[in-house]
Amino acid sequence: MKYLDEYRDPALARRLFTEIRTVTSRPWTLMEICGGQTHTIVRQGIDELLPPDIRMIHGPGCPVCVTPLELIDKALAIAGRADVILTSYGDMLRVPGTTTDLLALRARGSDVRVVYSPLDAVRIAGERPDREVVFFAVGFETTAPANAMAVLRAHALGLPNFSVLVSHVLVPPAMTALLDAPDCQVQAFLAAGHVCAVMGWAQYEPLADRYQVPIVVTGFEPLDILEGVLMAVRQLEEGRAQVENQYVRAVHRSGNIQAQEAIRRVFKVRDRMWRGIGTIPSSGLALTDEFAAYDAEARFAVADVTAQEHPACIAGGILTGTRLPTDCAAYATLCTPRTPLGAPMVSTEGTCAAFHSAGRQPTGQPAGQPVPAAAAGPS
Amino acid sequence: MCLGVPGRVMTTIDVAGLLMGTVDFGGVSRDVCLGYVPQARVGDYVIVHVGFAISLVDETEARRTLEVLRSMGAFEQELGQELGQELGQELGQELGQAPR
Ligand code: SF4
Repeated sequence: MKYLDEYRDPALARRLFTEIRTVTSRPWTLMEICGGQTHTIVRQGIDELLPPDIRMIHGPGCPVCVTPLELIDKALAIAGRADVILTSYGDMLRVPGTTTDLLALRARGSDVRVVYSPLDAVRIAGERPDREVVFFAVGFETTAPANAMAVLRAHALGLPNFSVLVSHVLVPPAMTALLDAPDCQVQAFLAAGHVCAVMGWAQYEPLADRYQVPIVVTGFEPLDILEGVLMAVRQLEEGRAQVENQYVRAVHRSGNIQAQEAIRRVFKVRDRMWRGIGTIPSSGLALTDEFAAYDAEARFAVADVTAQEHPACIAGGILTGTRLPTDCAAYATLCTPRTPLGAPMVSTEGTCAAFHSAGRQPTGQPAGQPVPAAAAGPS
Repeated sequence: MCLGVPGRVMTTIDVAGLLMGTVDFGGVSRDVCLGYVPQARVGDYVIVHVGFAISLVDETEARRTLEVLRSMGAFEQELGQELGQELGQELGQELGQAPR
């Protein structure tokens, strides 16, 4: 396919590997932000083919993985109601809540539907005025324009039975939190190309400057990632810390203005809890007052739901890049894509799932907390 | 869900004030909202996320990126042969995959 195949050319990839090896004079640690990039890196074995001096650590960029357990439990509470059709991206269905998941609820008769686009949820709301249609709006800045448009559409069409359960997170505050952490190992970032396609990259310039960390806006194909790594390593070697754009075919400095306007109209910035990481100031989105009526949390009075994580799961360390899935005692034993204990094993963009599907073996030296006997089966 | 895919705009249509279209992804076509890329025309490539085009692919820049990569120093012999082959195989497999 055009714009995919040519960025997977093995001959060009070889040249990039060679070039990276040539410019690297000492050890560097790079973090890719986005789960889509993690998937490409692990699946293609790029991290293992890079020179040993270049260490790739995997960032928190999987929206499914950072959606707090609490919100999953809220979605479950809403989906369990007889008057509700809960709609969601497919990735969310198997994410375990405290006691069950959406897929299991559906098997027990709840109306849970996977949609490709949030506009599909709006369409269902139009077709079923007798039911409450709730869209589980998770994601980074990439899905925010789509979810904003769904709310604007429902509003324009006058659909009182549509609402959204919002769990939107923003990338730059998370990068700041990572950089502020005392054990931060990141020396350069590959920023998420599609987040920047929407938001542009001006937001990253103060970060690069303040923390003296190179940030390269990077695409998702193997050549994109290798070129992003090369650009970041060149900056590190030359002592520069700038924002550079590898993904020029899809990203402009100012991003997509129309999409940003829609986001600003429908959403406002608020503190958000990141699963495994904790609350990060100004790191998420909530509905603005104008569209507060579409807030499913208020409509179904689930604001007070709280939740408890599985004790074996070290998702926090995984998401901040300080631990690898192979460090987790449950990895590939108790926790597999069929029986996920934590979100990073569920989504294809999750680091644990990426490791598992690439067949990475447990180290045999479990560094995670011991797995309690009670955790042996899915609860 | 953050995996965006480039596809080619086949048709555009105004649906009650919202610009929609069909986009072809290597033989699979889908309805896509073009509201955020109103400048898109039939034949253009767009990056699509969860049913929304978020960006128009810049053909000139796309070509330039590849030219830069192709003109890069060809010191391939420095790289172990098997390393290259291994990568070639893996990339080859990925090529055979359905669009993400
Ligand atoms: S392998 Fe499973 S239990 Fe371990 S960190 Fe990953 S998701 Fe959590």
